[in-house]
Amino acid sequence: MRFVKAFIAIILTIALVWALQIKLGPVPPVAPLLNPFTGFWQNAESKDSRPPEKLKLTGLQDEVIIRYDEHRIPHIFAKNDHDLYYAQGFVTARDRLWQMDIQTRSAAGRLSEVVGPNALEVDRYHRRMGMVYGAENGLKGIMANRQTREMVLAYTDGVNNYVHSLSPKNYPVEFKLLNYAPEEWKPINCIFLLKLMSETLAGGSDQFAMTNNLRIFGAKAVNDLFPDYPFHESPIIPVGTKWDFKPLLIPKPSAGYLAQMTENIKPKEKVDGIGSNNWAIAGSKSATGYPILANDPHLNLTFPAIWYQIQLSSPTGNVNGVSLPGAPCVIIGYNQKISWGVTNVDADVLDWYQVKFKDNTKNEYWYNNKWNPVKKRVETIKILGAPDEFDTVIYTHHGPVVYETATKKPKDSYENIPVGDALRWIAHDESNEFLCFYILNRGKNYADYREALTHFTAPAQNFIFSSNDNDIAITPNGKFPLKYKEQGKYIMDGSDPANDWQGWIPPEQNPTVKNPPRGFVSSANQSSTDTSYPYYINWRFGDYDRGKRINDRLTVMQKATVDSMRLMQMDNYSIRAHDVLPAMIKYLDPTKLSEDQAKAFELIKKWDKRYDANSLGASIFDSWWYNFYRLVWDDDFGVKGAYLKYPSIDQTEKLLLTDPNSKWFDNNKTPAKETCADMVNHAFYTAVDGLVKSKGKPGDNWQWGSVKDTYINHMANLPGFGTGKFSAGGRGSVINALRDNNGPSWRMVVQMGPVVKGFGVFPGGESGNPGSFYYKDMFDTWNNGQLNELLFLNSADEKSERIKSTLTLTKK
Amino acid sequence: MLFFIILILTFAGGYFLPWWVVAIAAFLPALFIGKTPAKSFFAGFSAVFIVWAAMALCKSIPNDNMLAKRVATLMQLPNWILLLIVTAVIGGLVGGMSALSGVLVKRAFAKK
Repeated sequence: MRFVKAFIAIILTIALVWALQIKLGPVPPVAPLLNPFTGFWQNAESKDSRPPEKLKLTGLQDEVIIRYDEHRIPHIFAKNDHDLYYAQGFVTARDRLWQMDIQTRSAAGRLSEVVGPNALEVDRYHRRMGMVYGAENGLKGIMANRQTREMVLAYTDGVNNYVHSLSPKNYPVEFKLLNYAPEEWKPINCIFLLKLMSETLAGGSDQFAMTNNLRIFGAKAVNDLFPDYPFHESPIIPVGTKWDFKPLLIPKPSAGYLAQMTENIKPKEKVDGIGSNNWAIAGSKSATGYPILANDPHLNLTFPAIWYQIQLSSPTGNVNGVSLPGAPCVIIGYNQKISWGVTNVDADVLDWYQVKFKDNTKNEYWYNNKWNPVKKRVETIKILGAPDEFDTVIYTHHGPVVYETATKKPKDSYENIPVGDALRWIAHDESNEFLCFYILNRGKNYADYREALTHFTAPAQNFIFSSNDNDIAITPNGKFPLKYKEQGKYIMDGSDPANDWQGWIPPEQNPTVKNPPRGFVSSANQSSTDTSYPYYINWRFGDYDRGKRINDRLTVMQKATVDSMRLMQMDNYSIRAHDVLPAMIKYLDPTKLSEDQAKAFELIKKWDKRYDANSLGASIFDSWWYNFYRLVWDDDFGVKGAYLKYPSIDQTEKLLLTDPNSKWFDNNKTPAKETCADMVNHAFYTAVDGLVKSKGKPGDNWQWGSVKDTYINHMANLPGFGTGKFSAGGRGSVINALRDNNGPSWRMVVQMGPVVKGFGVFPGGESGNPGSFYYKDMFDTWNNGQLNELLFLNSADEKSERIKSTLTLTKK
Repeated sequence: MLFFIILILTFAGGYFLPWWVVAIAAFLPALFIGKTPAKSFFAGFSAVFIVWAAMALCKSIPNDNMLAKRVATLMQLPNWILLLIVTAVIGGLVGGMSALSGVLVKRAFAKK
């Protein structure tokens, strides 16, 4: 009996220990997580200031001094470039290792390895889009150049020195929560970061939808509704700028035909409103007589933030700004001679080609009037708790056939020919973007800026520039394929060589302008140029609203200061409302309104057209416009089962303002013939009734800040690790482009001059550790529309009250 | 006595060894000096409970309990104190059960 009791007690104890040690569904092992010696409690950082720290590390060549300021932003002083990037890798990993791990895993299609089969389709998508293939090619480009090779290798060494120093107790808390261990960093991971950017900024495509549009509505309607230049525009390169080069011969359009419809292919939809702002004013417009440059890239806002502030100093240069965790250099920033920033160009650098295979083995495809062999690439996807998945991807000379389908065509046409599309994407090409940033970080003048830009391939950016020589400039820049007009607007016939990219626009012929007479340069993702530019870059760009507002403001601005720029970054004035609201009000019949509707109508008539957090008019207009847009197009383009592209907002505005009797206003689901006025009125009823339903009678609960969802989540969407919903103004189409969880991911203003002064803030903090006081210490500043003055140290010995602690790295 | 030995072993072992050393740290002393099952369980439970709670507080208080609050939200607990209690109780249960096992094994082999 006593043996039985002892036996039962031991079994129960072992069972308890076992149950606390294993992973149950999504729940990580409980005891390792809760155990205060090694679990999450260990990640709680003390608020006490840190004593000076000294570490000996293998692989360093000399001493590196890192000063941390009050936001725990590192200011690195190294005696050579190797040590500089080594230290950048080391300190970035210390603050952001899990983020670096999960982002590269996501890009590389390796999430399933740590989260299991749920992530398999996401992984397959990344693999089949050729992210790994592209990163491998990118690595070749980086390794071919001595400077970037040494930079990436040193950075990698720095990261790994940190990774190797970790024991489970020091793992970032997300590793503990997701129950996996950090792994060694590889040079290719640095490139995955860039590929991820390419995917976000230049990885969307509407060719499939446009091809369907063409089939359903015909060429005339599509040309009318989807023109190659918008109705409203205020292009980046000022209208009338002369092109001082002799363009290459533009390729002839292929004799080709509209590609056959393909089944089940649905490339990631083009997301509207991915955008950013930047501008620079000449000394003639600033209070100090020196240029001021501003930049706010709009990206998904997350914890940890996409940006990591850093100052990098070595004998070859001293630069301050933001970096991408996982990649060396400063990406947006300034030194004591120049400053620069970026917004997305949205060039068409991703095209789909229909492929005709010889037979079901898919070993050969038709191109240039003969059969050509395909290449096959096997992607091995490791999956937690399941056997490896082997996925074979077919590559033509264009690129991967992302989703080839076996579904057969109708009986009488090409019955046995399986159809799929090959992807030609700039992100697959060998490139060396890091060289661009390496040069910019050390840039002294306009010539360095121009030189740096020739090394940047993708994702194409509007590089804005200002210098202490009183130069300002902007260049929509990247490697642009040489194309015939509208090449790639629709899916192309992959067998015709005339549809291939016919070379490249020479980098010096990319659109650019230096010191334009208007005294400023700017961009907000709108058309790069007016229609006089000889080359075809894309048929559509971002809407012009933000660009127009920026240009309007800067045109009248005199004696501008850093604060004028800061206020402009927070500007909520809606050009869209400015353009369309008077017409909408004109069409609305006030005699037919309910009480609530009449009240809302009074509010909107008095609205100042600003998307401020406390604005009621903004909520009404936003919903009114949205419902109007849907009402006009849903009947034609919302067809169930068909994948179509909706006409742009720009074209909707055009119809509203110039063609109120257009046939598109007629709802083809009703026998009556509707006009613009009917749509406007109906949309208003729907909008107001919707607001009443969700928020009650017209009143303070209609404030835009509470109607709009604004939040910043943790990257793994862990409850409690983000901000939750907060009230904020802004909208995708105003300068302060904050909506949902997307918006100004970094706001920067740089005042050039004898002492260059930078200001900036991002929503979050330097530390990726949710148990750190630097996890979100900058959020409030950002949310209040303030900027931090950026600490720029000229040397390691410079004294500053803002230096709170020091880390010294020496070689082991 | 048993209480203090388990307390010291749990504390010392926690720094170098995996979390389940608490099971050994409670089992072995109870095996040698455990008296009654109830006393042993209580000694194991309270020793580990106290060490885990104290250790967690040591990290959490200078942190203003910020991380504990976040993790509590994540685990859908109403507040971080409850998270602390859950932590300590889990440690305590393992300690108590192990000490109980220790003393029962001792009794099983003890000569009457």
